[in-house]
Amino acid sequence: MSTEQHHSPTPDSDRPPSVGQASQNEQRFPQPEVTPMPNAVSGSTGSLETRRSAGPSLPPPTLGAAANATPDAKRTTKIQTQDMGFFYGTHQALQKITLNIPERSVTALIGPSGCGKSTYLRSLNRMNDIIEGTRITGTVLLDGEDIYARDVDVVELRKRVGMVFQKSTPFPKSIFDNIAFGPRIAGVSSMATLTPLVERCLKQAALWNEVKDRLKDSALALSGGQQQRLCIARALATNPDVLLMDEPASALDPGSTARIEDLIDDLRKNYTIVIVTHNMQQAARVSELTAFFCMGRLVEVGRTKQLFTNPKEKETEDYITGRFG
Amino acid sequence: MNAGSPTPAVPTLTAVDAPRSSSLKRRFSWNGAYEKCIRIVLLCCALVSVITTAAIVFVLLYESVLWFPGHTPFFGKVSLIEFLTASQWTPQFAGNQHFGIMPLICGTLLTTVTAGAIGLPMGLASAIYLSEYASPQARSVLKPSLELLAGIPTVVYGYIGLFFLTPMLIKPVLSGVFGLSVDGFNALSGGIVVGMMIMPMVASLSEDVLRAVPSSLREAGYALGATKYDVSAKIIVPSALSGIIASFLLALSRAIGETMAVAIACGARPQLTLNPLRQIQTMTSFIVNIMQGDTPVGSIEYQSLYAVALVLFLITLTMNYVSQWILRRYREAYQ
Repeated sequence: MSTEQHHSPTPDSDRPPSVGQASQNEQRFPQPEVTPMPNAVSGSTGSLETRRSAGPSLPPPTLGAAANATPDAKRTTKIQTQDMGFFYGTHQALQKITLNIPERSVTALIGPSGCGKSTYLRSLNRMNDIIEGTRITGTVLLDGEDIYARDVDVVELRKRVGMVFQKSTPFPKSIFDNIAFGPRIAGVSSMATLTPLVERCLKQAALWNEVKDRLKDSALALSGGQQQRLCIARALATNPDVLLMDEPASALDPGSTARIEDLIDDLRKNYTIVIVTHNMQQAARVSELTAFFCMGRLVEVGRTKQLFTNPKEKETEDYITGRFG
Repeated sequence: MNAGSPTPAVPTLTAVDAPRSSSLKRRFSWNGAYEKCIRIVLLCCALVSVITTAAIVFVLLYESVLWFPGHTPFFGKVSLIEFLTASQWTPQFAGNQHFGIMPLICGTLLTTVTAGAIGLPMGLASAIYLSEYASPQARSVLKPSLELLAGIPTVVYGYIGLFFLTPMLIKPVLSGVFGLSVDGFNALSGGIVVGMMIMPMVASLSEDVLRAVPSSLREAGYALGATKYDVSAKIIVPSALSGIIASFLLALSRAIGETMAVAIACGARPQLTLNPLRQIQTMTSFIVNIMQGDTPVGSIEYQSLYAVALVLFLITLTMNYVSQWILRRYREAYQ
């Protein structure tokens, strides 16, 4: 927590407009300018300039000495971790993680089980706070703001940084109520707002056509792949900037996995996505940037193609060629 | 052994001949007999509950509805219509006997509703606190004290109602401040102490079902920006609703069957009233009271006891069955 960043729950007045997210209150619900994917321009100059105008030129993603791993120099950094360490009690799960995650891209975190990639992911929206006896060192910046600063509203942070889990977690409510859960707890109650919002999120998650006639049915009746897409739609409903995905397809069959991957490909145009995966083919398919974790350290980060074809570190090479892990 | 030999001989396993009996037929052995004895002893213990239940049901039915030569049951002497509709219950007034169970049911209803209104919300609130909010330290203090509350003899609760609640709380407040007339024995005091009695039961049963809700649902809620209250009230409780309802029904059937506390705190005058400040008599306290008198065995007032007990039995049986059914459905939903 070395960097003192100013934070205010309602950032209208005092946050510089250049740091993404002009005004949460106005833009969070509804969000008329987000058109469904097909027309959105890919890359950094998209249709969402109003929402995320070019920020101050932040340094490109770096990993210690192995600098210049940026896929796109023009793209701004969304999440920045510096010298981050993480402890479960006295056990150090992460050490000295320095990683910059560019906005509107997919960053994959790979590595053997227990290497800390999920812990890293969960520290980006402070989900680890729920676990007793955890401690974090170093800084995690979202749009330049320290998310572990004392005055940060965790509830507000988690609305901006959505999360999808390995196991789909539909609430025992109707499909509609599942999607509307986030907006409702944020105080949106009018059906005139909720109905189009739910429709938009379900369309974004490529689920609308399958469920449009049974929005009142229980979400538990959906298939596993549908439930996972429902969870993605639910996460989108709070209108986050960032989507964290913790092995979102590992419990799904190949067909559903392909649909989730297509979905990720669509979402990258508007969202910053960080995905943990055990499946290296999946990382290669969906991500632009890949970070390889091992034993609580960030071993290597680079453009996905470069990392998979020409890794700089011996450990990375051993892992991706299947010699260990 | 020839461990160093380059070709370990696989057939050595069969080289040692195990002793074999010449026939496959079963023969007597002490071990087998012992095993059988254990089985029979265990079965007998398990059967005790079945036999007891069957015997109780038979006695209840025998005294209230079963005709035998030389034996007229209660409903042979009093018509079912009178039993269910008459507004007076005076089995012990010789010459002016009335057998309308409504006043007793009314009394039971009063104490049960009061107990439920107090015990169910408080029990659920404690369960939510224990499962969602409490730190391990708070839990380690609260859990045992709840169990202690559940371990206090019910007769103690009855005297607390009679000698503490009524004179020190109910009378000064309701009678002193609001000017209502309060009987020395009243349904309210009994209802309150029974509510305190069922609270730990609701808390412990509900806490179990709340903790059984997968923690992934909690995390999913927090990840959507939910507060602790949002997660508890809008995700966890709805997910565990059927289990909570089942615990409510079990607690209510306990409240209906509760005897000593209401016999002491609520009094022994059956009245057809819904005013909780009056003296009433519940079904259970009637049964206790009639045993204390000199009621001749076989008389109609003696048999009325069994008729009341049968009604009580049917009510609690139904409630237990319904709550079991709800719990079963709940378990299937989450496996």
